[in-house]
Amino acid sequence: MITCELLVIGAGPAGLCSAITAAKSGASVVVLERSPDIGGQLIKQTHMFFGSKEQHASTRGVDIAEILREEIARYDIKLMLDTTALGIYEDGMVTALYKEEEYMKFKPGAIIVATGACERFLAFPNNDLPGVCGAGAVQTLMNVYGIMPAKDVVMLGAGNIGLIVSYQLMQAGVNVKCILDAAPKIGGYLVHASKVARMGVPIKTSHTVKRAIGEDHLTAVEIVALDDKFNQIPGTEEIIPADTLCVSVGLTPLCELLAMAGCKLSYIPQLGGMVPLKTGEYETSVPNIFVAGDTSGVEEASAAMVEGHIAGLCAAKRLGHIPEDFDAQYSSLNRQLMALRSGPAGEHIRQGLASACLNKEA
Amino acid sequence: MFEKTGIASPEMVLEKFPPLSRINKGKVAVLECYRRIPCNPCETACPFGAIEIGEDINNMPILHADKCSGCGICLTRCPGLAIMIVDTSASEEYAELTLPYEFRPLPKKGDTVFALSRSGEFVCEALVLSALNPKSFDRTPAVRIRVPKKHLYDVRNIALIDKEG
Ligand SMILES: Cc1cc2nc3c(=O)[nH]c(=O)nc-3n(C[C@H](O)[C@H](O)[C@H](O)COP(=O)(O)OP(=O)(O)OC[C@H]3O[C@@H](n4cnc5c(N)ncnc54)[C@H](O)[C@@H]3O)c2cc1C
Repeated sequence: MITCELLVIGAGPAGLCSAITAAKSGASVVVLERSPDIGGQLIKQTHMFFGSKEQHASTRGVDIAEILREEIARYDIKLMLDTTALGIYEDGMVTALYKEEEYMKFKPGAIIVATGACERFLAFPNNDLPGVCGAGAVQTLMNVYGIMPAKDVVMLGAGNIGLIVSYQLMQAGVNVKCILDAAPKIGGYLVHASKVARMGVPIKTSHTVKRAIGEDHLTAVEIVALDDKFNQIPGTEEIIPADTLCVSVGLTPLCELLAMAGCKLSYIPQLGGMVPLKTGEYETSVPNIFVAGDTSGVEEASAAMVEGHIAGLCAAKRLGHIPEDFDAQYSSLNRQLMALRSGPAGEHIRQGLASACLNKEA
Repeated sequence: MFEKTGIASPEMVLEKFPPLSRINKGKVAVLECYRRIPCNPCETACPFGAIEIGEDINNMPILHADKCSGCGICLTRCPGLAIMIVDTSASEEYAELTLPYEFRPLPKKGDTVFALSRSGEFVCEALVLSALNPKSFDRTPAVRIRVPKKHLYDVRNIALIDKEG
């Protein structure tokens, strides 16, 4: 059994930043990451990020991962890669599996869960045909492993992920036939939409997939227009030849570990589904279990990093490591979050977070 | 329509351009940021204080064209690739546009390329005046092309001409 002060689960931007700030405050930290490398979603993001200087705006995601890697190395942080956290038990014990061969037990003083989110899927006929896949999988194949994932793609979803992955597919030389979205308006940032539009890719809002076509592999996609009540409009079907249908219809928080630990969860659609309720110090309803990043509401890496810093600061405080300038750090980080979320793009997040607020005294 | 297609209307585009009197004097930035999002690297990057976003990073950038030198640093820093540099001072006939272009292969100086519109449609042929990709641009190359002046407001992208047809 390994005892430690703080155990961070997940080495994406949220987990890494929480580890850094907790270690900076004086806590000894162990980070568990199920993948062979750190960075979470960042390692496949070859585009420049939004935000402001404090969150490394204008730097490419993959380079932000490198910046965090260098920072991690400066502190008392033990990184355990290829190590998947399996459960959090009532007595605060955490079990993990290393490389699918060795089980381990941890007894931490506090835990920060920063496991991120997973992709949602969509029900339509033949959605199990090879060639139908998540946009995240396509992006991983292409940007992490350097494999050309497709020749002709239909993208389903015009949120930021659908738009960005479409653009990156084109950079890799893949032909993107069109981008569909059931909603009447593009969900992602319009600068991303303009980037693909001027490459000649049509964005078809109020459209969805009717079925995937093919015998043992996708060969075409039948699309259909939707009316303002999201009903398919008969007679508007169109068949588009393609070898890949990329599904990018949103993410949902990975909070199974929190559920197992008994943390209060609530269904908050604006945050992506079931999310943990949390205090202003990012603590869940179970004392000493903290959360940060997409796990507690699907948002952006910029916000995930800032949330990570706050959770790290507060978890360290709980462990007795209180930096002299705690209040200044805490309020400056909260100001950054407010700035990121204060515009129209952050409206759903603001609404969602208002319902995810846990009042400890109540 | 913009919200449905991602293609800005001619009126929206025109509003973002500095006045022609300024463009006729030489290089100047066009910030095609049409919606409020939390982002301010253009303001941070400008060495002349010509781009203003202010306290709320969700504000849209405002260009102070009198302070803008057209250096193009913002063009390579904008995560939305929403900035280009325009210049009509070099000749009577042509406008020069500098566009971010993150595709391979990069065209070379002297190449002829297709100039494309905001919806990716062919507008005209264009001569490449330079294609720069130094380390400081961080993998967002800037391609400067020359197009007939009448297409100043229409061109926003390029495509290489496929030699095999
Ligand atoms: C295509 C795309 C484009 C994006 N573009 C932008 C952008 O331009 N700007 C921006 O700010 N954000 C962007 N994002 C969003 C951003 O990547 C995420 O919001 C951010 O990565 C969330 O950080 P996180 O640390 O919460 O989760 P993640 O990055 O998902 O990290 C979670 C980590 O936890 C690990 N993990 C999960 N479960 C376990 C377990 N049981 N045990 C051990 N480890 C575990 C995972 O392997 C992963 O490494 C984009 C996302 C995508 C997919």
